[in-house]
Amino acid sequence: MRFLKTLGYLLALPLILVAIWWASTLGETNFFVPTPALLAEAFAETWFGERIFSDVLPSIGRLVVGVASAIIIGIVAGLLIGSVKWLRDLTEPVLEFFRAIPPPVLVPVLMLLMGITDGMKVAVIISGCVWPVLLNTIEGVRAIDGVLSDSAHTYGIHGWARIKYLVLPSAGPQIMAGIRQCLSIGLILMVISEMFASSSGLGFTIVQFQRSFAIPEMWSGIVVLGLIGVALSFIFQWTERRVLRWYHGLREVENAV
Amino acid sequence: MQSETTPGTTPAPAGKTLPGNEAMLSVRNLKKVYKTDGGDIEAVRNLTFDLKAGELACLVGPSGSGKTTLLKCISGLMAPTEGEVLLNGTPVSGPPKKMAVVFQEYGRSLFPWMRVRENVELPLKNQGVPRAERDKLVDDALEAVGLSHVPQSYPWQLSGGMQQRVAIARAVAYQPEVLLMDEPFAAVDAQTRADLEDLIRTVWRKLGVTVLFVTHDIDESVYLGERVIILSSSPTVIQEDLTIDLPDERDQLNTRSLPRFTELRHHVYEQIQLAKQGHRPAAAVQTDSSAGSGAA
Amino acid sequence: MTQEAVTTNSAAPIPRARKQPAKKLPSKQLLGIAGIIGFLLLWELIPRVGIVEPRFLPPASEVIAALITDFGLTAFWVAVGETMLAWAIGLVMSIVLAVVLGFIIGSSMFLRKFTNSTVEFLRPIPSVALIPLAVLLFGVKIESTLMLVVYASFWQVFIQVLYGVADVDNVAMQTAKSYGLGAMARVRHVVFPTALPYLMTGIRLAASVALILAITAELVIGSPGLGREIALAQSGGAISGMYALVLATGLIGVVINLVMRFIERKTLSWHSSIRSEVIV
Ligand SMILES: Nc1ncnc2c1ncn2[C@@H]1O[C@H](COP(=O)(O)OP(=O)(O)OP(=O)(O)O)[C@@H](O)[C@H]1O
Ligand SMILES: [Mg+2]
Repeated sequence: MRFLKTLGYLLALPLILVAIWWASTLGETNFFVPTPALLAEAFAETWFGERIFSDVLPSIGRLVVGVASAIIIGIVAGLLIGSVKWLRDLTEPVLEFFRAIPPPVLVPVLMLLMGITDGMKVAVIISGCVWPVLLNTIEGVRAIDGVLSDSAHTYGIHGWARIKYLVLPSAGPQIMAGIRQCLSIGLILMVISEMFASSSGLGFTIVQFQRSFAIPEMWSGIVVLGLIGVALSFIFQWTERRVLRWYHGLREVENAV
Repeated sequence: MQSETTPGTTPAPAGKTLPGNEAMLSVRNLKKVYKTDGGDIEAVRNLTFDLKAGELACLVGPSGSGKTTLLKCISGLMAPTEGEVLLNGTPVSGPPKKMAVVFQEYGRSLFPWMRVRENVELPLKNQGVPRAERDKLVDDALEAVGLSHVPQSYPWQLSGGMQQRVAIARAVAYQPEVLLMDEPFAAVDAQTRADLEDLIRTVWRKLGVTVLFVTHDIDESVYLGERVIILSSSPTVIQEDLTIDLPDERDQLNTRSLPRFTELRHHVYEQIQLAKQGHRPAAAVQTDSSAGSGAA
Repeated sequence: MTQEAVTTNSAAPIPRARKQPAKKLPSKQLLGIAGIIGFLLLWELIPRVGIVEPRFLPPASEVIAALITDFGLTAFWVAVGETMLAWAIGLVMSIVLAVVLGFIIGSSMFLRKFTNSTVEFLRPIPSVALIPLAVLLFGVKIESTLMLVVYASFWQVFIQVLYGVADVDNVAMQTAKSYGLGAMARVRHVVFPTALPYLMTGIRLAASVALILAITAELVIGSPGLGREIALAQSGGAISGMYALVLATGLIGVVINLVMRFIERKTLSWHSSIRSEVIV
């Protein structure tokens, strides 16, 4: 019974929405909005074939490489800058500036510097995604509780052990918040680097469909991007819940007071 | 204020010192000035005393008199502005290996991402203590503080008093030679507090560890210590270094009802009242005026 | 068992520790300025030494000169104005929409559960996926930009408002009810003050997301604004000009961040005083 209720809540609104969509496209054919059946057909035809290998997977590959590198660079540099006070003071204004630059403007810049290559697209993703991770890590490291840090110090926890047992877990919630932003910026940059300068990839394909007025195909491409976004979000939430279980528990206890 | 003198005691600017190599822990002319944006704050002016190995001394003083500051200097977390701290005759420049500290803010001294057991185990693991020995030390420590039933809880799932006991267990399991405790019982209820006081004395006698115990509580300082060091108010010097000549076997009911206990408590209370009113031991006043900066 | 604790400060005068006024220069700011100068020097040197060819990365001095020239051009300010207009309209639209929907959906348990799966599915869809649709519907007009801006910033505010409304303290709500506050009064005095810090966070996040999307739309679609100018400068080979415009977008971003943080601080200090009045 409980399960049915959950399932009901899960599916009710999406089903209603699809029904409305279906009903509203029943009559005359709308140029901009395909019927659900047409979209499903276009989706299957367009994406279950060679395109997976020629466009989808390479795009996702670049996204994964770019985001993973950005996360690693951001955390490592953040640990360093966050632990050294003078370095933090020295770099803070410059980093704040870089964070404030809207990442998409990096596409033409890097295109100029590196040409239109896979490397350039990965570089665009890295250079746009690294800031939220970097700045959040710095902030997380800076905000480590003084008493906790003193405790670790008196018990002789130094160097790598300190990073592993104190710094990383303590900055964890902040770092994860940075990674969440990093993922959504990464996806945006993946798409527009391909829209702006490419002859393959998801972004390019979708724009091609739009230019050739292949409307159902274009919509199916939007759906693919949506699915990737949703998948990333689920992977993130799943990981975050595992990594930060202690933090959510702590927050619950604090909020209950 | 200089005319006020305590009947029966001669105020001494320095605490008891020991000859040469007898001292486990020596504090020599320690001075600490915090440099802040708003100016310099002199937290501790001049402190000198020794603890011999295996001694249990209590440190009392008004709030803000620099007790925590002193502990941080002793534990090597902070460098003193002047003077030095010696452990077994060698100057302390960073946290020494065989020293454990239980902080005043116990809630913030435990790792919230580790379970109780992991918290207690971490320092030992980090030192490379073998698994079997580690397990035994951790079990014994948790048992001693009465927490063997919650090893898998997170610290934030425990009450304040339980958290403090975890911090104590961690210090005990570490088997330090010197144990510094900063108002460890400030947040626990009276019953737990009495139990923990007895626990500290038991652990102290069993391990033969040197303990410096900071407290606000006069009864506690007299009940626990072999010696009570009373700090003046800021700028801080030692108001008095008092030997507690109570029998070694102590017990919450009998010891506290001894006439001598009442006398000692009375005496410490008086000294602290004086300290709070800004009275300074005669020698300290002389030192101050000779340095050209009269106190109060 | 203990009466005499020494915690309380007696009224008697306590000799104060001497405080000396700080004479040191604020080293934090100095270091920050040093960092900026160091960065600019590095940027100046890299093309001059030839690590990167100057035609791909002009030295800092050249770019800054180009930016200063831009400051004197009407065309530049028109482009800035167009970007900021799309930013502002989009932001306001998304805030209004998100606040209304957020408060309605957030205050009903049923609606929250009912919409949850749809929200969780729609929210992660990257707004740039809508670019082809925007082009089809609006071409290179400002509406294209608005569509992306509103979609992206709506979720930032909406989710925060949902959190905020869900965070309302039950005890405070019951207290308000027991004092006979009506539904509107409860929203005004209990729900709104609780949700306000969340709302402000949402608005701050939305403000920077809105700028990103505004520039993206202009860059990719070609709707008017700084983004389009950057694309034009790049394809026209005006490299210093392009870097100058990139700098300008960064400066706008910094200003937006500063202003938003300032507003947030102002509103939240007001909030905490209100809050303590209501809940106590
Ligand atoms: N990090 C710091 N920076 C500047 N001043 C400090 C700092 N820590 C302590 N002080 C100052 O030093 C003095 C002594 O502080 P300390 O914490 O050592 O007192 P305490 O005796 O432990 O007080 P309590 O009994 O309330 O814990 C106080 O005047 C305090 O304001
Ligand atoms: Mg203290």
